[in-house]
Amino acid sequence: MHAIEHAKEAKEFIESRGRATWHDSALWFVRAKRDKAAQSLPEWEILRETASQIKQHTASRLADYLEKFEANATRLGATVHWAATADEHNRIVMEILQKHGAKKVVKSKSMLTEECHLNPDLEAAGIEVVDTDLGERIVQLRQEPPSHIVLPAIHIKKAEVGEVFHQHLGTDAGADDPDYLTEAARQHLREKFCAADAGITGVNFAVAETGEFVVCTNEGNADLGTSLPPVHIACMGIEKLIPRQKDLGVFLRLLARSATGQPITTYSSHFRGPRSGCELHIILVDNGRSSILGREDFRRSLNCIRCGACMNTCPVYRRSGGHSYGTTVPGPIGSILAPARDPGQHHSLPFACSLCGSCTDVCPVKIDLHHQLLTMRGEVKKAGHLPALKRWGMWAMGIVLRRNWLYGFLGSVGRKLLPLIPRPLIYNRMNMWGRQRELPQTPAKSFRQLYRERYGRK
Amino acid sequence: MVANNKSDRTAILNAIRQHEVSDVELPDLNADWIEYDSPLEQFVQSLESVGGRVVRLESLDQLGQELEKLDSFATAKVRCSLVAGQGSPTFELNQVDDPHDLEDIDFALLSAELGVAENGAVWMTDDGVRHRAVFFIAQHLGVLLSASQIVSNLHQAYQRLESSTAFGLFMSGPSKTADIEQSLVIGAHGARSLTLFLLP
Repeated sequence: MHAIEHAKEAKEFIESRGRATWHDSALWFVRAKRDKAAQSLPEWEILRETASQIKQHTASRLADYLEKFEANATRLGATVHWAATADEHNRIVMEILQKHGAKKVVKSKSMLTEECHLNPDLEAAGIEVVDTDLGERIVQLRQEPPSHIVLPAIHIKKAEVGEVFHQHLGTDAGADDPDYLTEAARQHLREKFCAADAGITGVNFAVAETGEFVVCTNEGNADLGTSLPPVHIACMGIEKLIPRQKDLGVFLRLLARSATGQPITTYSSHFRGPRSGCELHIILVDNGRSSILGREDFRRSLNCIRCGACMNTCPVYRRSGGHSYGTTVPGPIGSILAPARDPGQHHSLPFACSLCGSCTDVCPVKIDLHHQLLTMRGEVKKAGHLPALKRWGMWAMGIVLRRNWLYGFLGSVGRKLLPLIPRPLIYNRMNMWGRQRELPQTPAKSFRQLYRERYGRK
Repeated sequence: MVANNKSDRTAILNAIRQHEVSDVELPDLNADWIEYDSPLEQFVQSLESVGGRVVRLESLDQLGQELEKLDSFATAKVRCSLVAGQGSPTFELNQVDDPHDLEDIDFALLSAELGVAENGAVWMTDDGVRHRAVFFIAQHLGVLLSASQIVSNLHQAYQRLESSTAFGLFMSGPSKTADIEQSLVIGAHGARSLTLFLLP
């Protein structure tokens, strides 16, 4: 696979200026709701700090907690599987489904199964997989990946939803009323729920001391999808673990408020073993997580509870759209997780960032996102993945910025020469910054000169 | 299940254990969490803000007539009730073997153990409920809750929960989605409406 270049991937999205602006304001609206919800709790900062400590504590003895969870979940009647890689995860899912002769599967939103590219594997084996979250169903019918981890179809306009529903669900041509379209999806997906042979869900939190796990949705799709068919497969990354049941109180208070500004999701379902006469399988997936655990600079990225707040607030994400990242998890957190796993393919992502730090401010589990993004840039350079132009540019900048006299000298030359140089020499391929922008007018005097004039030599 | 699986287990646990991860203490959760002057009023406000409706009863005797006032109940062909002697059921949940038979339930009357003021959620379990699908598949829900069982915040709620049932959930209002251009639509896959009947 060739490397993803964020700026290139974002080009098409940005060219439709109306769409980029619309996308930007849709996400800012969600961010504003998050602020209101966070401000409604005087203990918000204590909650964040507590959540961060719980996650870091868990990471410090993750293997012990995983064993404890396995023992307790097994005691409750679940079958626990371990998958070191995405392929192994998919193989386990397939084997369970084949054992039951399952041909139709309903899946509720699970970023992990997206990460493992489960759907194509199942479809290749002749199994029908239906994503049941409304947004996920929309993107599935459009044959594209979600562009956001909480709002999978945030990049799609209602008229486009109307088109795809007209084509696949037989809704009226041109109909774009959200109530009407949602009702059509409800009818369509009810049929799928009732016909399913097995249900697959993700996991929001798994509790080591009890062996239970919690799945949060607003639509009730995870719940319908697991309360009808005889088999439930729950797929979770190993970082979803928390030690105690009472820790759920901390995370459930943070999750929905950070994600959409709701005080809690409509459904927070606690699964403690299979339904009577049915099977519950839990797959614990590593797929690169244990190696991130070993890197101190990036370890805290495993705190992530996938609320999406860092995306909603990110000025780059809001204007470039989720697909431009080319990863399952886009935005600031994705720009750490993806290059941590595969720096060769995702090296451009930590640069799709202005280092404004807004992501760090809103993160409910206090991941130091913008610090990690900066550190990751260094990692990308060390691994030799920087494009030549950027490498040379940084090298030259390094020489200049380390030398006071050279900086001053080049400044004075620049102020005199820049206004005289013909335009094509300045605005050319090398000047990426100048593609959409004009350089500022050169001032007559430098800051240093002005300072000296005003305050004297000292 | 397969030999490979066991080796994956060992591989993952070893991969984790080879890393020295500095110890962080597990925090106790004894902060000053929010407490409302009137958890009851806050609960009502929270539930209404997430699309639920609240009907206050003076006693259980009133439930029948209040239910009849609800369109969703009065017009329901198939009714199911988990509250003994209430909700004039036409469908006996615990008599059916296959949860798919619940598909046509128009109205289900449920009973909640606990209410949470900060988010309007009620806690329900499958204790004595043969098919948990009833919480999600019914078109409309009525939920009975005693006002004395309302706590201010989730921490207090978890202190009171017993994890002895196979399934438990916090449900906050009716099912909803905003996946089409951020327009809130009530009635995604689960209940189209939730009416909470509050006993003193």
